[in-house]
Amino acid sequence: MPAAAVHSAPQNVPSARVQAATEDSPIVRWSLIAISVSFMALFVLIPLAAIFAEGLRKGWDTYLASFTDSHCLAAVRLTLLVTVIAVPLNLVFGLAASWAIAKFDFRGKSLLVTLIDLPFAVSPVVSGFIYMLVFGIQGWFGSWLADHGIQVMFAVPGIVLATIFVTFPFVAREVIPLMQEQGSEEEQAAITLGASGWQTFFRITLPNVKWAVLYGVILSNARAMGEFGAVSVVSGHIRGRTNTLPLHVEVLYNEYNFVAAFAVASLLALLALVTLGLKTLVESKLHSH
Amino acid sequence: MTSISRPRVLPGFSLTLGYTVLYLSLIVLVPLAALFIKAAGLGWSEFWQAATSPRVLASYRLTFGTALAAAVINSIFGFIVAWTLVRYQFPGRKLLDAIVDLPFALPTAVSGIALTAVYSQNGWLGQYLEPLGVKVAFTPLGIIVAMTFIGLPFVVRTVQPALEDLEREAEEAAASLGASRWQTILWVIAPSVVPALLTGFALSLARGIGEYGSVVFISGNMPMRTEITSLLIISKLEQYDYAGAAAVAVMMLLVSFAMLLLINLIQRYAARRYQGVL
Repeated sequence: MPAAAVHSAPQNVPSARVQAATEDSPIVRWSLIAISVSFMALFVLIPLAAIFAEGLRKGWDTYLASFTDSHCLAAVRLTLLVTVIAVPLNLVFGLAASWAIAKFDFRGKSLLVTLIDLPFAVSPVVSGFIYMLVFGIQGWFGSWLADHGIQVMFAVPGIVLATIFVTFPFVAREVIPLMQEQGSEEEQAAITLGASGWQTFFRITLPNVKWAVLYGVILSNARAMGEFGAVSVVSGHIRGRTNTLPLHVEVLYNEYNFVAAFAVASLLALLALVTLGLKTLVESKLHSH
Repeated sequence: MTSISRPRVLPGFSLTLGYTVLYLSLIVLVPLAALFIKAAGLGWSEFWQAATSPRVLASYRLTFGTALAAAVINSIFGFIVAWTLVRYQFPGRKLLDAIVDLPFALPTAVSGIALTAVYSQNGWLGQYLEPLGVKVAFTPLGIIVAMTFIGLPFVVRTVQPALEDLEREAEEAAASLGASRWQTILWVIAPSVVPALLTGFALSLARGIGEYGSVVFISGNMPMRTEITSLLIISKLEQYDYAGAAAVAVMMLLVSFAMLLLINLIQRYAARRYQGVL
C-alpha cells in the first residue's frame, strides 16, 4: 500500500509507520474493503458472471445459434430502429432546451427545468400506460387512428414513443448546467462580429459542450436499447414484429428456453459494459475540461 | 446572470423555447394529463375503491416495504462502498468503482433473469441458502434483492462526491483538539455527509417503488403475496380495466412526485446549511 503510506506521513513525523489522525487502523480499513468487495460481488459481479455462464452452458455452438434465430434478428433490427429514431429526437430537443434555458432569462424557467426531469420520476410501467390512454383503442385518438388505418399501440410508433419518454431528460440534464456555467459571452462576441445564429451555435456553443452532449447520448442510447417496462406495456409482444431485444429475452425466458434467453441477455450485458467503458472515458474528458 | 438587464443579443429564443415547450407537451405533459383525466372520470368513490381494494393495498405494502428495506440496505452498504472507494487504495479499486454503475447500465430484464438465476433454489448462491431455510427467489426477500441491486448506484454516486469534498484539515483539527476517531466521524464527518446520504436513500427508495423489469422475474408475482404495484397495473391492463389501472397509476405518480419534492427539499436544506461553511 504505497499510497496509504504517503498519506500517513506528515513531514514532522519521523516514521512512516505512525498512523495519522485522519487514517483508519488497518483492521478497520481491511474489514471495510472486505465488506465492500463482498457486497459488490454478491449483488453485482456474481449476477453478471451468471449471465455469461448460463448462456454458454451448452457450449459455443448453442450460444451462437441463439443469435441466428429469425426472431432474434428481428428483435435486433427493431431495437436498433427504435434507438436510431428516439435518441436523435431527444438530442435535438436537449440542445434546443439547453439553448433556451442557459442563454436566456424568462419567467417559469425553473418550472420548465423541473418538468423536463419529470419522466425520470414516472415508473416505467406508467410511462407506457399513458400512451395507451392517448393512442390505444379506448384512448383519445384511438378510434380516429383506427379509422385511418394507423396503428400506434402494439406497433413500432408506440414503442418509439415510450422509448422517447424514458430517455427524454438525459441529454438536456447533462447539457443545461454546463451551458449555464459557461455563460453567453463567447456567443455574444461572435454575433456582434457578424456570425449568424447557426454559425455561432455550431462553431462555438456545440464544441464547448460536446462531451456533455456525448455523455447524454451514451446514457440515452443504453436506456433506449435496454428499456423493458415501458416498452413491454405498449409492444403487445408480437414475435418477430414488436419484440425488442429485452422483450425477446423475456419471451425466451418464459418459454424455459434459458440458454437462448441468457445468450441474448449476454449481448445486452456486453452493451452495458461498453456503455460503462465509454461513460468512464467521457467523464474523464468532462472533468479535465 | 448578466443578461437580465441587457437587451437580447443572441437569436433563437422563440424558436428554441417554442420547440422545447411543444415537444415537452406532446411527449410528456399531454399523456400524463390523459392519465389524470382517465382517473378523474371514475368519480371520487369509485376512484378510491379502485385505488384501495385489498389486492391493491397488499401491493402497496409489499412495494413500499421492500423498497424501504432495500433503501436501508443500500444506505448502509452504499456508504461503506463509497467510503472505501474514496479513502482507501487497494488492488481492484478502479474496477470496483467502474462496476458500481452496472445496475444503472444493465437492462432491467437482464438484471432480473440474472438475479433469479443466482438466487433461485438451485442457483449459484440459492443452493447454499436453501439448506439454511432462506428462500430468496419468489419471496419478498427476492424483491428486496432486486431493489437493492437497482438502487445501489444512487447511494454510492451521491455519497461519493460528498466524501471527496470533505476537507482532511477539519478532521486533523478535530483530532489535534483531542477528539477520538469515533468523535471525529460522528461530529465532523457525519454532518456533512448526511444530506447526501439522505438524498441517496430517497433516490434508491423512489427507484425501488417504480421498478418493474428486475423485480418481475424474481418476485413470483402471486396476488396478495408477491405482486408489486407495477405488475398489478399490468394485470389490470391485461383485463382491459384501464380506469382501475389509471387509479393505481395516479397513486404511484403522486408518491413519485412526493419523493421528488422531498429530494429537492433535502438538497435545498443542505445547500442553505452549508452556505456559510463552504
